[in-house]
Amino acid sequence: MLAAIGVESLDALFSDIPAAVRERFRPLGLPSRSEMEVAAWLEEMAGANAGSRLVPFLGGGIYDHYVPSVVSSLVSRSEFVTAYTPYQPEVSQGTLTAMFEFQTLICELTGMEIANASLYDGATALAEAAMMAERIRGRGRIAVARTLFPQFRRVLDTYAWGADLSLVELDYDPSGRCEFDNPADELSAVIVQTPNAFGVIESLQGLKRRIGDALLIVSAYPLALGLLEPPGAFGADIVVGEGQSLGLPMGFGGPLLGLFATRKAYLRQMPGRVAGRTVDTEGQVGYVMASQTREQHIRRARATSNICTNSALCALAATIYLSSVGGDGLRSVAKKNLENAHDLAGRIAQIDGFDLAFDGPFFNEFVVRTAEDPDAVRTRLAEGGFLVAPSKGLVALGVENALRIAVTERRTKAELDRFVDVLGGKR
Amino acid sequence: MTYPIDYRYTEDHEWIHVEGSRARIGITDHAQSELGDIVFVEVPQIGTEVAAGETLGAVESVKAVGDVLAPLDGKVVEVNSILEAAPETINDAPYTDGWIVVLELADPAQVDRLLDAAGYERLLSGS
Repeated sequence: MLAAIGVESLDALFSDIPAAVRERFRPLGLPSRSEMEVAAWLEEMAGANAGSRLVPFLGGGIYDHYVPSVVSSLVSRSEFVTAYTPYQPEVSQGTLTAMFEFQTLICELTGMEIANASLYDGATALAEAAMMAERIRGRGRIAVARTLFPQFRRVLDTYAWGADLSLVELDYDPSGRCEFDNPADELSAVIVQTPNAFGVIESLQGLKRRIGDALLIVSAYPLALGLLEPPGAFGADIVVGEGQSLGLPMGFGGPLLGLFATRKAYLRQMPGRVAGRTVDTEGQVGYVMASQTREQHIRRARATSNICTNSALCALAATIYLSSVGGDGLRSVAKKNLENAHDLAGRIAQIDGFDLAFDGPFFNEFVVRTAEDPDAVRTRLAEGGFLVAPSKGLVALGVENALRIAVTERRTKAELDRFVDVLGGKR
Repeated sequence: MTYPIDYRYTEDHEWIHVEGSRARIGITDHAQSELGDIVFVEVPQIGTEVAAGETLGAVESVKAVGDVLAPLDGKVVEVNSILEAAPETINDAPYTDGWIVVLELADPAQVDRLLDAAGYERLLSGS
């Protein structure tokens, strides 16, 4: 092959790298094996990963939902997988059409007027919403529910620190829902997550009215919107969320999908990419990237955000998922989540030494208080074949001796029965 | 391109037409030509007080968004409402129908700091 391309040695291919740098390279020291041997070796290593064996009752923003095979097979088509950013609309009609459909579906799901073509993940989408609200109202202060997922809150803290924005925390009441009684006219926005980090569904009824002209930002669990009233119906100004629950695997934490929707009046303050629909010179429908003038590659320092892309393939997966299950399908998946979780929660509450931490309504996730050390319970569950999150996340939110449990549509009756047995100490 | 000789100008391509204690402000023919087809104009609220150099609003075309900076200290007393439905008026008539705001001047003497038509023309040919 070297002769075919007219190169003398393998080393000659790296001649562009300065010798002083090349000298610092160290060999990786990997043994030379056949593909078959390497595959077997990797499989053996992967087998040590408990996650592949344990049934997940994990939640906290990323859930074990079923991904229909139509999603994985369409999403891996080379036309989609290899497509780059659609800067040249004439040759990117497929990508742009998918983005437009995605935006439309997100608007329907959230009850909002416009949506962007997606951001990186739910956490940064929330942070971007805070930045946008501050651009619009300029008051320098935002009220934040304490019940946000910790990882969302940490990202928000980072953005707020960079933007000199102060965050005021709203604590939660015994039902697990956040309380609001801050003076509204000093705030650019109020941020609430529903269902929240405890799995409890926040009450959005009348909230918009109580916060004056501060923007209402709601971070929502998209799959739950198959059953819950959309935040748009409660007057939310910006709705964000983590789209992983819409046709994406847990994937050890990613890749993820940031959802972002808002009012049409705020289009020019919305970060990220927006696909638009128009007509060409022959009157045929075509798709383009709209509002690029607000993006950082054109507006620069005054841009709405420094994001210059979107989570296109993940957004496509969500679009295929929503299109294939449809409104009725989404409702029925959500209902199964609700039923499984409530069934399990009810049975756990009847076991001695366990009770539900909060009495607020919940969707598919809830917090259980344990008489035993929760991490000992967690170990017992793992030995019994089940995986739940460590308790320290709850401790950070002020809830001691507890575990958070999420139950999706994938959990079978046999799994739930065994979970109850293992939890109760009956192997 | 023509530059009305009774107007004043800034290096950021705004024009100022002094009307007593007020100043009508817009962007020049050069600016609208560089921007291209204008699709949206952000105007300030009436009553807004601005200092020279602060942002008054923005003019958005299909390819860029340009800030409109206040050339003088003052208070916004009028904004051109036709620009909401017809932002392209700035392209068609930048010095007349395409005006953007009227400021009540805090210090009319500041006008002397602005470029005159000859000065603006020199600025353009120099760049």
